[in-house]
Amino acid sequence: MDRVPILKLEDYLLVSIQVDMHDQLALTLQDDLTQKIVATRARAVLIDISALEMVDSFMGRMLGNIAAMSRILDAQTVVVGMRPAVAITLVELGLSLPGIRTALSVDAGLALLREAMARPDEPADGE
Amino acid sequence: MASDLETFPVRSGEDVVKARQVVRRLAMDVGFSLVEQTKIVTAASELARNTVIYGGGGEMRIERLYAGPKRTGLRLTFEDKGPGIADIDMALRDGFTTGNGLGLGLNGARKLSHEFDIWSKLGQGTRVTITRWK
Repeated sequence: MDRVPILKLEDYLLVSIQVDMHDQLALTLQDDLTQKIVATRARAVLIDISALEMVDSFMGRMLGNIAAMSRILDAQTVVVGMRPAVAITLVELGLSLPGIRTALSVDAGLALLREAMARPDEPADGE
Repeated sequence: MASDLETFPVRSGEDVVKARQVVRRLAMDVGFSLVEQTKIVTAASELARNTVIYGGGGEMRIERLYAGPKRTGLRLTFEDKGPGIADIDMALRDGFTTGNGLGLGLNGARKLSHEFDIWSKLGQGTRVTITRWK
């Protein structure tokens, strides 16, 4: 079955979603990521969605689940590269991705994660 | 008003992906902007998923609408012969779901469309039609 590759770099897990995902693939990624966080003791997850042409409620829920599960497993998550048309559509759909940290680029996302890891005692995502 | 019609099966997760791709292509054909394309593709994805999960599979019909030289649009109809929806008003509320989703699909698709129509009868099936104009 298809899988979205997960790369480990130092304390980070890097995921770049490059295909139009069907729901099962999204669920597999969610499972794979949580297992990999535990197996590698990663402290942070960066998910690049710049290739995604749309994010619907299912995909939005999957991203939220990943962020929540990572947090419980002591890892920070950032979603980077959302296209403007996708952001506009998500808000109109009624989905504002609460609890998900976002950044415009991989660089900005990494900076955000570094900062978050340096101050672990602060509540995540302003909750 | 001129229109043409194409029909596609919506029976699996892969069909949902294919439905998105077809809608994207036709939305480009009728001259939708990138944001307009994204909105109707997202609406189609929500409704196609509902057809598979709640309707047990069905079909999508797409019409390209030409109501004038500058008035083009897309009309999508998702139809299944599944169990039907007991309470449509309830099903249209944000946050209501009988599955394990967010309950944003049906009403989300309505918000992303200019026209929305739903027919459902218990034991007979569900038909949802959305239209988006350029």
